[in-house]
Amino acid sequence: MGQFSGSGLGSYRGQRMVFRGLDFAVGGGDLLHLVGPNGSGKSTLLRVMAGLLPVIEGQISWDGAPVAQDRDGHRARLIYLGHADAIKGALSVFENLAFWCTMAGGGDAAAGLARFNLAPLADLPARFLSAGQRRRLNLARLAAIPAALWLLDEPAASLDTASEQVLEDEITRHRAAGGLVVMASHGRDPSDGTVLELDQYAANMADFGDAVL
Amino acid sequence: MSPLFALIARDIRLAVRQGADSMMVIVFFVLVVVLFPLGIGPEPAILARVAAGVIWVAALLAAMLSMDRLYQSDHEDGSLELLVLSPLPLELQFLAKAAAHWLTTGLPLIIAAPLLGVFLNMRAEGFGVLLAALALGTPSLSLIGGVGAALSLGARRSGVLLSLLVLPLFIPVLIFGVSAVDASLTGLGAKAQLLILGGLLLGAAALTPWAGAAALRQAAE
Repeated sequence: MGQFSGSGLGSYRGQRMVFRGLDFAVGGGDLLHLVGPNGSGKSTLLRVMAGLLPVIEGQISWDGAPVAQDRDGHRARLIYLGHADAIKGALSVFENLAFWCTMAGGGDAAAGLARFNLAPLADLPARFLSAGQRRRLNLARLAAIPAALWLLDEPAASLDTASEQVLEDEITRHRAAGGLVVMASHGRDPSDGTVLELDQYAANMADFGDAVL
Repeated sequence: MSPLFALIARDIRLAVRQGADSMMVIVFFVLVVVLFPLGIGPEPAILARVAAGVIWVAALLAAMLSMDRLYQSDHEDGSLELLVLSPLPLELQFLAKAAAHWLTTGLPLIIAAPLLGVFLNMRAEGFGVLLAALALGTPSLSLIGGVGAALSLGARRSGVLLSLLVLPLFIPVLIFGVSAVDASLTGLGAKAQLLILGGLLLGAAALTPWAGAAALRQAAE
């Protein structure tokens, strides 16, 4: 389905270089776990991969072509799931998901809700959802919208075990169809997929001088 | 539905369901105008003289009042990140948000304006031009204000910052909006002023999406 890779990546938050010289490669059907302690740059790397943060050093490419040359194409092929759930309390559960489906250019909101067991709540204003239900509504985008690349930032936060299982099944289904998954997960022991330890790329202070723009 | 119209429809739906925000803008507009006769006295000739200016200044302030919410909630709940990442170009999204803002605040202001004109003893010949000038001028306010709203995202006291950024940029719209009405009331015809307001609107529609989109990308980092 595609080959997503990065080489020599470096990025900073605030004035601090969080990592540099980082390489990764994800192919069709692969799952890449980003692990590392707090502040090691898991979220930063995911945001760089999504294109929310500029690539300061190195480059990321899709099928060998630099993403920077085709930003529109890159946005169209990815689903990014961050810390915030992007839910409007005044809209119903269904309206929330249907809006993101339309913005992505197509998708089946009803199927997404059913997959994450939210179908009975479809007409409820989203402000009445619990934290776990909000997270499931955000995750339902994965089941509703077709996209090759999933970038998930701690997707299992505040999920119960049943929903975690649904999430794992969805990831398995996505990979079986040739999709790519990059997931930041702290603390949990990844059972399968490859692991990228961000700690080893931590920028040391000696490098800092020439890294400041 | 296309993504562009979906975004407009969502913002309008949110404004309708959280009706207090839009209502507040209209009530503020009416209140500001009503305060003037109390402040400068009930002399009909004086009121007629200042009517167009008072209505325009009140409309500017009322439009400002709702402006800082334009991107704030999207920024807070994470929607802005997803909008930036969605395939629809951010420049078009900026136009969609400005259109929704105008439909939920600018349009109600225009509808309320003739009523306030009567209240301020404005001569009836000026109503048509006042409406035309507001119809051409208020969309510019939504566009220019949108850039300010995007730039002030994440700032403390963003509402105040936004006013400082944007109110000076509203001055051309104010000048030609008021002089259009004055010119028509003195029998000079308001065509030139209305054309300039139209030109300002076209200029704003062409330039603000780039500035606004750049500011939104910055805010989503």
